[in-house]
Amino acid sequence: MKRIISLTVQDRSGVLNRVTGLLQRRQFNISSISVGPTETEGISKMTLVVEVEDEQRLEQVTKQLNKQIDVLKVSDITDKAIVARELALIKVAGSSQLRSEINGIIDPFRALVIDVSKDSLTIQITGRPDKIDALIDLLRPYGIKEIARTGLTAFLRGHQPQVNELTTYSQIK
Amino acid sequence: MKVEAKPDVQTSTAPKTGADLLIDLLINEGVETLFGYPGGAVLPIYDAIYRARGSIKHVLFRHEQGSIHAAEGYARITGKPGVVIATSGPGATNLVTGITDAMMDSLPLVIFTGQVARGVIGTDAFQEADVMAITTPITKHNYQVQNISDLPRIVKEAFHIASTGRPGPVLIDIPKDISAGELSQIPEEVTIHLPGYQPTTKPNPLQIKKLADAISKAMKPVILAGAGILHGKASKELTAFAEKHKIPVVTTLLGLGTIPATNPLSLGMGGMHGTYSANMAMYEADLLINIGARFDDRLTGNLKHFAPNAKVAHIDVDPAEIGKNVPTQIPIVSDSKEALVELMNQTAESPDTVGWLETLNKYKAEFPLWYKHNPNGMSPQWLIEAIHKVTNGDAVVTTDVGQHQMWAAQYYNFEKPHRWVTSGGLGTMGFGFPAAIGAQMASPGSTVVAIVGDAGFQMTLQELSVIYEQNLPVKIIIVNNGALGMVRQWQELLHGNRISESILNTQPDFVKLAEAYHIRGLKIESQEELITKLPEVFAYDGPVLMDCRVLQQEKVFPMIAPGKGIHEMIGVKPS
Ligand SMILES: Cc1ncc(C[n+]2csc(CCOP(=O)(O)OP(=O)(O)O)c2C)c(N)n1
Ligand SMILES: [Mg+2]
Repeated sequence: MKRIISLTVQDRSGVLNRVTGLLQRRQFNISSISVGPTETEGISKMTLVVEVEDEQRLEQVTKQLNKQIDVLKVSDITDKAIVARELALIKVAGSSQLRSEINGIIDPFRALVIDVSKDSLTIQITGRPDKIDALIDLLRPYGIKEIARTGLTAFLRGHQPQVNELTTYSQIK
Repeated sequence: MKVEAKPDVQTSTAPKTGADLLIDLLINEGVETLFGYPGGAVLPIYDAIYRARGSIKHVLFRHEQGSIHAAEGYARITGKPGVVIATSGPGATNLVTGITDAMMDSLPLVIFTGQVARGVIGTDAFQEADVMAITTPITKHNYQVQNISDLPRIVKEAFHIASTGRPGPVLIDIPKDISAGELSQIPEEVTIHLPGYQPTTKPNPLQIKKLADAISKAMKPVILAGAGILHGKASKELTAFAEKHKIPVVTTLLGLGTIPATNPLSLGMGGMHGTYSANMAMYEADLLINIGARFDDRLTGNLKHFAPNAKVAHIDVDPAEIGKNVPTQIPIVSDSKEALVELMNQTAESPDTVGWLETLNKYKAEFPLWYKHNPNGMSPQWLIEAIHKVTNGDAVVTTDVGQHQMWAAQYYNFEKPHRWVTSGGLGTMGFGFPAAIGAQMASPGSTVVAIVGDAGFQMTLQELSVIYEQNLPVKIIIVNNGALGMVRQWQELLHGNRISESILNTQPDFVKLAEAYHIRGLKIESQEELITKLPEVFAYDGPVLMDCRVLQQEKVFPMIAPGKGIHEMIGVKPS
């Protein structure tokens, strides 16, 4: 199962290596990882999307991440109310004649054409990964020359409905 | 190892370089001994050591691996961090085995490695190695110092991290221009602020209650005692707890000594070469209380058959160990002593274990550890028993890795904790002898015996120089079977007796070797010889090496073959 894990980390050299090295060593599959600064100086946020077999492995990955001294907080936010976005840049073959046709495809996705050249168009899309996948599929017939994706970034919505029991793995006491 | 009055960082003898500051910080941490080896990138640190002579002792080993295993032995006995210094590049990479060993066995170390100057890091400068990347997966934490002014904080954090929670090695990489750099001002006192490191040491009362209730209801409870009890200095509490409820105790390899071997509730060691009663107790238990063990595969055997009927409780200071290998119904994140004290305060009733203990006692009587006396030579098991006798079972025993290690674990019946130094998790050949040096330095008044194999000893024997130089009365017992015995045993039993590259056809003359290092050496070829020589060897106040020739074909039994369940022991009875 794919899980979204949000990490708050101390912004120190090597912290990304600590996290990815740990996941690799313990045989966890990373689908994507994104990192950036937060509202607090010296603190960064990482969003990991990992593929784990079961609950036990999920618990293990969060506990191991928590053990890292530079990791301040680990939460599995997959089942919570979250906002989650990824950005992708897609370069499609074709001249500017194609532009209106492509616009027709990308409009419902609220994507934009951000660069046009003699033989290619570059589209920018933001959204959940499945939405990006869907657009890529629709653009494929035109000939995709290049794709760059940022990986998912996410955090909790302002309001959390009290539906399912929320699990935090920061500490089992 | 006496330390003079500690110079204060703030006094008028102000430090001059980063290295001087470092040494002052170490003295302030209470460090008495440095285990080290110099080289280019740590020359400024050795300059500072020279200036601080009299205030801190440095022991020069003959290989960095020797220095770090000695520091591990020191840490195992004292519970305090062993402090290691090595130069950059090859000095640092020579430490890798020891760092990994300490990580696996949760030993507190603070390791200082030299690094090339900041300006040339990343240019493949002479003796540059990416020590941060190399050691990230094998340390509890590591640092590279970027400013002299960070040194006090980093050193303080390193000692704190190494010795609290689940202990482990912490490495500090120091670029040469930092250690050589002049101090513009004396950095202020620092306090530790580690928001990402807050080990839980007090147990959750609800979980304690849950465990107490489970104990009341159990018919076949068993305690698994691991090294976490030694780290928590909770051996007394463990024994009291077991006795209060009449619960039998299995120890792990590293947990030997947590309960006296002669205590009627002690079942001895469990696992691959554990006793029949210990393994069957875990197999048949309906409640397994793991205190400070990590359910290593050498203990559990095939997980499918491990404690199949038991409700599992696990007390560990490291939450990541709980549920990692064995599903756990009662997780308790805590220091071992805190948890045991709380458990003793519970009012829940004791279970009735009379019948259960009877069964286990029957196992003990029917399937004790066994070996055969052979008229043609010395049995290694008998050798260990003889050493036990001559040392009154009170020596500090270190071992290397292999058959002799298992025999020492089986036959040196530890009555007291903190006497047993062995490489468990990593199984590092070459560990035993240098570890004995560190153990002897930690405990100058104790009898320290290094029980080593003829093969493993040859991996770090150069440290014979150190015991001579430091006049450390370590007794080295080479259990000489002319073979990589444990490998030979597996080949005989599991690989169709294809004895591939595991016989040592050529060996040095160990007695001459000892003498070459100015140490007494003697060769022992029979039981009679051993009996006559042992008392004087142990009465002698200096190092001695004994090359004891034992039977090559002896095997360690019982044994759980890889992939087998804990109840599928072979060799439980003489064939
Ligand atoms: C550094 C290292 N290399 C290889 C091994 C694999 N190994 C485990 S036991 C053993 C044989 C040890 O022989 P010896 O030291 O003579 O001890 P014995 O088993 O004969 O008592 C070997 C090679 C190891 N544990 N460590
Ligand atoms: Mg041998």
